[in-house]
Amino acid sequence: MIKKGSLKIAIASGKGGTGKTLLSTNLTAFLSQNENTLLVDLDVEEPNDSLFINGNKVTEVEQFKMIPQWSESNCTLCGECTKNCKYHSIVQMGNFIAVFKELCHSCYACSELCPTGALPMQPHKMGDTVEYASNNLNFIESRLIVGEEQAVPLIHKTHKLVDEKFTNSKFQIFDCPPGTSCPVVAATENADFVILVTEPTPFGLHDLKLAVETMRKLEKRFGVVINRSGIGNNDVETYCQNEQIDIITKIPFNKEIAKHYSIGELVYDKVDSMKHSLNEIMDFLRNDVTSETL
Amino acid sequence: MKEIVVLSGKGGTGKTSITASLAVLAGSEAVVADCDVDAANMHLLMQPDFALSSEFYSGELAIIDQNACTQCGVCSEKCRFGAIPFINNIFIVNPLSCEGCGYCQKVCPTEAISMKSRKSGYVYISNTKVNSTMVHARLDIGAENSGKLVAKVKNEAKELAKQQNKSFVIVDGSPGIGCPVVSSLSGANYVVLVTEPTVSGLHDLERIYSVIKRFRINAGCIINKFDINPKKTDEIIEFLRKENITHLSNIPFDIRFTKAMTEAKTIVELETLPKYLIKDAWFKIKDELTNN
Repeated sequence: MIKKGSLKIAIASGKGGTGKTLLSTNLTAFLSQNENTLLVDLDVEEPNDSLFINGNKVTEVEQFKMIPQWSESNCTLCGECTKNCKYHSIVQMGNFIAVFKELCHSCYACSELCPTGALPMQPHKMGDTVEYASNNLNFIESRLIVGEEQAVPLIHKTHKLVDEKFTNSKFQIFDCPPGTSCPVVAATENADFVILVTEPTPFGLHDLKLAVETMRKLEKRFGVVINRSGIGNNDVETYCQNEQIDIITKIPFNKEIAKHYSIGELVYDKVDSMKHSLNEIMDFLRNDVTSETL
Repeated sequence: MKEIVVLSGKGGTGKTSITASLAVLAGSEAVVADCDVDAANMHLLMQPDFALSSEFYSGELAIIDQNACTQCGVCSEKCRFGAIPFINNIFIVNPLSCEGCGYCQKVCPTEAISMKSRKSGYVYISNTKVNSTMVHARLDIGAENSGKLVAKVKNEAKELAKQQNKSFVIVDGSPGIGCPVVSSLSGANYVVLVTEPTVSGLHDLERIYSVIKRFRINAGCIINKFDINPKKTDEIIEFLRKENITHLSNIPFDIRFTKAMTEAKTIVELETLPKYLIKDAWFKIKDELTNN
């Protein structure tokens, strides 16, 4: 497949807290030593990468989603909009049409099917996207406003911004939300390759299986990184072998890493076992992924 | 009957291990609800028997009748989710992108599109190893609306708790601050926050607490792995004091959490210090609920 110059790598996991942020931030810093690298924090509900990456703020843009706004003077109270909205976000109360914006999916049906044009679409702020830069490293963080419930529209907007603005980066690393539902599908949809981060515990294995099922359904290429290797048991490794899934590297459990992480410090240049794992990931990306993708 | 919801903001702080510990301590006094439907793990520790299962339907999916389709392309044009691509000379619906709004059905000139309700997972009602009832679920891959499934699991658990005359419903919530979390908070009497002393643990705690505040629910906090960074732990305690959140316990890092997990047990089933700390926290939670 011959296409654009950036390799898009999504870092995902079924279970939360397995080390997505640890790996995303350290891999980005590591790769940016030699190549132009972009980190994108798509865990918009709880974005954490900015706690680890320093840089100068370049721009900050407000992100909007489109929602209908009732225009009383045009409305004939015909009731079409309330029938057309599958999300129950438009409710008629007497002579008043209420729009519950948290429930709106911005499908435009109510607005464009309204016979009198009484529901024009208006922008509604859902979050912010901030861009930072330092040397070879660019970093974008999207952050959902507390009280907004839908992560997907903000994730889509962020992808769009990346594709418009960052065609020069050799590597693009996307730190994804946890889970296997719609936000993860949205976050990984553009990725050339997905790294699933797991830990060798029953919870880790259970959620890895769900994540693998998701990636197979999305027809994504993926491999596994086992974080905190040495705790728990060998079931994750056995599972990967049986399913013929590449284990890209194992990051040994190390209290030093946990300590640095706890105060917001990167470890890619401090802890040898981490350096070793990052080298293994880079070799894997260069040899097994890039040759087939770029 | 009191409803206790356990949340963390950040994943991996030990939320599910601690929720299951509380559920074991409460035994048959409580009905348990695993509302972390996106990555449900509590069943690995509670060993439910999956006695009853039912399909869960939520939302709709567009279906195109290819015999009736004239390939005018209006549906594809109107779809804001890019869910109707033209592939191999036909318009097809991508089920992963379709959000079920039904706009395509409304604009199709030949009525070739119908909307069908969509199975998005399973709900289970089980008996657990500690002789309590547990309601849990499995969300289908890439499915939407986990908020609705969360509401279903929780309401089912509450209903059963009322019928069985139980004192508590213990809810394991989702990570994050989005729709599943909001859904798990509605109607709760008390929130237990499980955090860890890291920059991200505190950051996410602050965000989740600003959601909880809107619901005006009392909260207590367990700081797990507190000894990984005592300075951060102090910062968290300061935050708790400022926000009037009860500091329930400091639990040290203990590899036996993982060991217990590999044996399908909770930490309170092993003779460990965390066992006594969590027991103590459980008494405090019960205290807070009776005093309010």
